[in-house]
Amino acid sequence: MERNLASRRWSRLAHLGRLAGLTLAMLFICLPGAWIVISAMRPTVEIMAKPPVWIPHELSFQAFISMFGVVGQGGVPVFAYFRNSLIISLTSTVVAIAIGMSGGYAFARFRFRGKAALFLGLMLTRTVPGIALSLPLFIIYARLGILDTHFALILTYVALNVPFTIWLIDGFFRQVPKDLAEAAQIDGCTRWQAFWRVEFPLAGPGIASSGIFAFLTSWNEFALASQITRSVASKTLPVGLLDYTSEFTIDWRGMCALAVIMIAPALTLTFIIQKHLVSGLTFGAVKG
Amino acid sequence: MQPPRLSTPILLLTPAIIVLCAVVALPLLLSLYSSFTGFRLIRPESIWLWINFRNYQNVLTDSVFWVAFGRTVLLLTLALNLEMLLGLGLALLIERATHGQRVLRTLLMFPMMFSPILVGFQFKFMFNDNVGLINNALQSLGITQTPIPWLIDGGLAFFAILVAEIWSSTSVFAILILAGLLAMPREPLEAAKVDGCTPWQSFRYVTWPFVMPFAYIAMTIRSLDVARAYDIVKIMTDGGPARRTELLWTLVGRTAYSDGKMGLANAMGYVSILLSIVFTVYFYRKLAAARAQIAAEW
Repeated sequence: MERNLASRRWSRLAHLGRLAGLTLAMLFICLPGAWIVISAMRPTVEIMAKPPVWIPHELSFQAFISMFGVVGQGGVPVFAYFRNSLIISLTSTVVAIAIGMSGGYAFARFRFRGKAALFLGLMLTRTVPGIALSLPLFIIYARLGILDTHFALILTYVALNVPFTIWLIDGFFRQVPKDLAEAAQIDGCTRWQAFWRVEFPLAGPGIASSGIFAFLTSWNEFALASQITRSVASKTLPVGLLDYTSEFTIDWRGMCALAVIMIAPALTLTFIIQKHLVSGLTFGAVKG
Repeated sequence: MQPPRLSTPILLLTPAIIVLCAVVALPLLLSLYSSFTGFRLIRPESIWLWINFRNYQNVLTDSVFWVAFGRTVLLLTLALNLEMLLGLGLALLIERATHGQRVLRTLLMFPMMFSPILVGFQFKFMFNDNVGLINNALQSLGITQTPIPWLIDGGLAFFAILVAEIWSSTSVFAILILAGLLAMPREPLEAAKVDGCTPWQSFRYVTWPFVMPFAYIAMTIRSLDVARAYDIVKIMTDGGPARRTELLWTLVGRTAYSDGKMGLANAMGYVSILLSIVFTVYFYRKLAAARAQIAAEW
């Protein structure tokens, strides 16, 4: 009886401990982002106040409105950066998915010599640090005269995304049973038809989520963009954010608002793909 | 005459290979070449000035370089290990949570979508000595009277960068390990319990071996992208104050673009590439070994 009680008390204590741990961890994860959002909506006076003001007295969207104004907040043309980011990310994603689908299919469905080595080789191209890669690219693009153009960044991001896209899509195609396509071929489909009518629709959601992942990589990339872009013609949002910090006085509210604009599309997209992303990455963990 | 026939898989892989050769492999050859020249940005003709191994000599005897190199390895080792431990702990906590598991998983995805530059900015804001959340909180609670110079003192700035790094990547580990935990069959755990294992023993000998491949997948994914710490450091301290948070990558950037010494920077860049490749190959092989073991045992 005594022992029973003690053990029950012990397990309740452990339960409370776990709850506290979880709460603390979630606070640590959510607080910084929430603080940015709040700061973007409160007046600068409150951000700078000493002693600090914890509860915002008034919230407004003023920072966002002035950001998208004609000249842009503090001379930073946010709208142009946003447009550049969108064009570059979308185009490079579409191209990377097309290339990744063909490559991923090859890895998932065929056996060929040097397959493992080729796969590792593709992955290794991804490990090259952006800043180290930016040096030769800077020289080459300058020589070709395509520095500071959309094309240069799109090309670079396609190459950046292809290895990981192939990895993910390879996994999604392997989840589609081989027999299905074979059955379709027996029923008179060509291999090409079997791919588009059977395998592609089944792997579709996975491919879409790899696309979103590629989009996010391009959307968030900084190290290469900061060297390859020079002006409003091609600067993306991450580079624009650094523009703000290098100014003499830091406009915290404006920067927070820009941060919110950068994170909003990413946030929406990630929630859509979260399920597929995890299954895509872990497939083959156990089955090899 | 028939053109030589390529096999289908190679044909399918051709676009990928072409793009990667054009944007990664060839430029890397160029940078290998230029690392043997005295190439300076302001004098384009100097790319033809072959100086043998002098750049590498300069790099390898430069104490600034070695300090940055050591700091980079230290940061990576600390960050990867802490992320792994915290991620494992978080995954275990969430797996035991009785309800709200889906909400918790969604919250976990949150840091993954922050671009590194945003993570850097966010913590630059939080750690700011004047308006930052952390100093404000510490002062309001009366723990300290004077503001703590988080990003100005070298050691504290390193700590701040480490925190930012951990914040942004722990969830990758947590999510993937959680996926492993959820995929694990129940019977072996129950059998271990019946056989009288303590919770620690059943974790150590049943759960952990099963989850290990998932942890290594996370490690491999993470090590593909170790250099993104560059973005974080660039915006938080830019290697400062007085190079006290200089990492290999910020040093490469500074040498190339601020000092204009492209040849020298390419030599440094090659060292940083080798470092990345060593990290990735190491974890990739661990992953393969863990997979083989689990395939044999389960």
